[in-house]
Order: sequence, then C-alpha cells, then structure tokens
Amino acid sequence: MALLDLSDVTVSIGVLTPLDRIAFSIEAGEIVGVVGESGSGKSLTAMAVMGLLPLIGGRITSGAVRFADVELNRLTERDYRALRGRRIALISQNPMTSLDPIRRVGEQIDQVSMMHLGFGAEQARLRSVDMMRQLRIPEADVVHGNFPHQLSGGMKQRIVIAMALAADPELIVADEPTTALDVTIQAQIIQIMVEMARRKNVALMLITHDMGVVAQACDRVVVLYAGRVAETGSVERIFAAPRHPYTKSLIGCIPVEGLPPGGLKGIDGVVPGVANYPAGCRFHPRCSLAQDRCKIEAPLLRALDEGAAACHLTGDPL
Amino acid sequence: MTVPSSALGRLLRTPRGLGAAIVLAIIVLAAILAPVIAPYDYAAQNLRNANMDPGALHWLGTDEFGRDLFSRIIYGARTSLAVGVISISISMVCGMALGAAAGYFGGAFDRAVTMVVDLSWSFPEILLALILIAILGPGLASTMIAISIAYLAQFTRLTRAQVMALKSETYVEATISLGAGSGHVLFRHLLPNALTPVIVAGMLATGDAIILEATLGFFGLGAQPPTPSWGAMMSSGTAQIFIAPWIIIFPGLTIAITVIAINLFGDALIDALDIRQRLREG
Repeated sequence: MALLDLSDVTVSIGVLTPLDRIAFSIEAGEIVGVVGESGSGKSLTAMAVMGLLPLIGGRITSGAVRFADVELNRLTERDYRALRGRRIALISQNPMTSLDPIRRVGEQIDQVSMMHLGFGAEQARLRSVDMMRQLRIPEADVVHGNFPHQLSGGMKQRIVIAMALAADPELIVADEPTTALDVTIQAQIIQIMVEMARRKNVALMLITHDMGVVAQACDRVVVLYAGRVAETGSVERIFAAPRHPYTKSLIGCIPVEGLPPGGLKGIDGVVPGVANYPAGCRFHPRCSLAQDRCKIEAPLLRALDEGAAACHLTGDPL
Repeated sequence: MTVPSSALGRLLRTPRGLGAAIVLAIIVLAAILAPVIAPYDYAAQNLRNANMDPGALHWLGTDEFGRDLFSRIIYGARTSLAVGVISISISMVCGMALGAAAGYFGGAFDRAVTMVVDLSWSFPEILLALILIAILGPGLASTMIAISIAYLAQFTRLTRAQVMALKSETYVEATISLGAGSGHVLFRHLLPNALTPVIVAGMLATGDAIILEATLGFFGLGAQPPTPSWGAMMSSGTAQIFIAPWIIIFPGLTIAITVIAINLFGDALIDALDIRQRLREG
C-alpha cells in the first residue's frame, strides 16, 4: 500500500476550484517530484497534504488524501496536529522567513523533538546538534545557539530541514526548498536533502519547477498543469518518452550543453488564472498539437504501460 | 532578551537618551531611597514655619502647614511612579491578552473587542478615568484601576495589529506545519515578537499616566492626605499662589521634568530599536 495516496482530490477556495481531481501516490522511502509552472497548484497540493488549507480559506471538497492507514481529510484538527511534524513534515519555500527571528535556531529544532518525542531539553539538544552535523553544518554546537540573522540562507535552510527531520517523519513535503537560495547553494541543498531522505528511508515529495532537479534527484514525477495532473511516471520514462505535450515542453526548457546564445526555449503563453481556465484540455491554447476535440472535451487521466497521462493524443510517445 | 543589549547601548550613546536615562535614574533612586534622603518627615506639620521661602533650612520652602516641600516631593515621587508603573503594567498585561486573543482567533470575539476598544477610544482618557473614579470612589487603588482601564484600548489595539501582522509570517505557518498548537504559536512565537513595540508604547504611556495621576490628584480624587502626591500638592498651592508660589511651582516642575525624561527616553528607545514603523500600525 502506498504511503501517501491522493485520489481525485478537489480543492475549493470560495467559488474557485484551483485543484481538480488530483491523483497520485508516493511509496515509502520514494522521492517524487511535483513539477509545473507557477500557478499550476503545486503549493496548494502541499497544503492539502499538510491540512493547512484552512489557513488560506480553502478546503477539500471531494476525493480523499490517505496517509498510510489514516484518511487525512477526515482527521480532527487535534489529531492532525499530532501527525504534523511527527509523521509528515513540511519544508517551506523561504528559509529567510521560516525561522522565528527572535529565538535561537537550535531551540527551534529542539522544540520539535520535545513536542513530539517527549524529549527533555538536554536530550533534544544533543539530537539537534547531531542532526545539524549530519546536514554538514560546521561547528554545529555553536550554530545551535545562533539567531537566524547570524546565518546565511543555505545554513538557514539546513536548519529548516533539521526541524523537519527532528521527529523522524515518514514523509517530508518540500515546497520549492531552494527557490530563495543562490544557484550555487541550490544543488548542494538538494543533494543533502536527497542523501538524508535515502539514508533515513523517508519519502520525499519534492515540489519544484526545475526539471533539472527532478532528473537529478527523483524516482518518479508528477506533472501538474493548471490545477490538474498532466502526467505521472518514472523519471526515466518521462524523460525518455514524455506522453503529454506539456511535459515535453517542460523538458525542452532544460538548458543543455553547447546551446547557442539565445537558443534557450520557453513555453509560449502563460498558465491561465484559476478564474478563467479554458474549456476542454486546459493546455490546448498553448499546445502545438491541439485539435478541435481538445478545445471541448477535457482529457481524463489514463493509465499507460508506465504511469499515466491526461491527453487525447497519448497513443504514442510524443 | 527581546530588547537586545546592543539596543540599550545604542540608546545610551545618544546625548538625548543618556540625559533622559540619568534624570530617570535620579528620580527612581530618590523615590526608592526617600526615607534616607528626605531631611524631614513628609507629614510633620509646623505651623510657625508655614509658607517659608526656599532657603538653607527648607531647600524648596514649606507649604501652608509648614511641611517641608522637598521631602514631600521626594515621597510624592513614590506615589506618582508607583501609580504610573503599576497601572500601566496592569493595562499592558490585560491589553496584550485581549489584543492577542482578538488578533489570533478573529471572528465574533475580535469584532466585539474591537467595538468596545473603539468605543472607549472615542472618550478622552481623563473623562474615562473621571467616570470610573466616580463609580469606584476616590483613592489610590481606584486611581490605578481607572488609569489602567483608560489606557487598555491603546495596548489592545497595538497588540492586535501586531499579532495579525505576525500571524501570516512564514515561520508561524512553518511551526503549525510541524505540529504546534495555538497556545504554542501564541505564547512562544507571536507574543514575544509583538512585545517590543508594546513595551515602548508602555514606556510612553507611563508618562501620560503620571500626568493623569497628577490631574486626578489635583481634583482631590487620587491619593488621600496625608499621602503626598504631586497633583494634590499643586492643588493646595493654588490658594497660596500669590504669597508662596513655590508650593505650586516645584511640584509642577517635578512633574514636567519626570514626564519629559520618560518621553525622551521612550523616543530614544524607539530609535534605538528601529520600530517607528511598527508602532504606527497600532
């Protein structure tokens, strides 16, 4: 049985429906990349899994989020709280603002194991420092007593990762963990996260818009477009034989060696806003292969020999 | 902790901050050491020496009952400072609790609190305090209660605004996503972060509270005789204003110096902590 399973999850915020029948699953210890452009619903998917939708006035209107044996969307807030941090942890987008500015970073890691594992102060401290060492933070016991403003962005993000790992969760949801960092640090942080996830056998849901990161770090990929799943599949299959034109375009955006100046491609147009999704396939206005059928009929997610894709044209690899 | 020592250092390096700190320290020390410093018993009457000029025997002269003005002003500092500090502390604690709850939980409770706060803010503090004393009866305790209620609205508003702004910070969401409950978020993250501007506002309000205490004392509604209070001393000086003007001048000067020192100190604190913007949000 999958560790995390989303089956046809639909999320509404007021009259809008930014997520439409999202379905994918994550096995224990697996690293799954969730990709898509800004506005495709990646962060909302993370919030749906974490049960944080009420913070932004949203809710799951249909479908189910299952985590191991627990149906998350039926949990009371109290039970959810016991689960957050303990079994599912979130690494948020911006390490600059995810730490309380007036508390020592070490204490902020300590509090997670104190809260969830019932550790005493000293025991929690030792555990935190050990975790910080594993994340290759130099002079961990000194840094433990520092305030966030004394640390660089990369160090702060490591602290945030340490907080997520502090109570030995089974799943970590990382919402674009490197977007706020320098390019030079990004690869390092991703590498550390993947290494820790593999070593501790933690499943990782890695939200990113960078197909390069996916190719490097993930086992499987979920491609989202405009609030719907466009395609899922193993990294090898997706890169070798994308079945959805959008996936193919995304892969086309990865810079390759020997690219002539000005040769880097983008995808024409933008992701439509949630208030004016087009009818039919939501990608059709930007799709070079769109046919009349695509403008009227929304394609369903169909299982392929490996993974699934939502495109009327998925007979053959594109 | 919230006020880093470096901020205090920055404050004392400005002439304004240093001057205000020294004046305040002198006043506070005088109040604490009153029995040691005061040359006379503040309540001892000596009618033969009534309305004496300031001089070697009585530095600041005597009042209409022959009581030493200097001793009375020093003891009066105890009353003024105690009322100012205690009433503003009560006001701050209650205001923070109300404001934090309103800002964090929102909803009907927030609307109710905001309505009462806005209503009480439409009265001048002095009017509100007078109404409350009319209900409670004059005296030191009711002065404190009246002043603390009069300033409650200010702290409630400020804390509420701070908490509402901080609530949407990423680290709050991050803490919640690690399994923290409302109590943890409120007491460990939101209130400590909201504390600095509230403390500074409290500092400035203490100056106002001392004036309000003096005003109530002037009307005879504050501390009852023979307890010396600056406001009451000025009030009794009005009758002697042409024969012994020092009776009204010296307590008045003391009030002015104290309040100016507190305000300058508070102002310097705002600059040192760099929170002018945050105070305005309230």
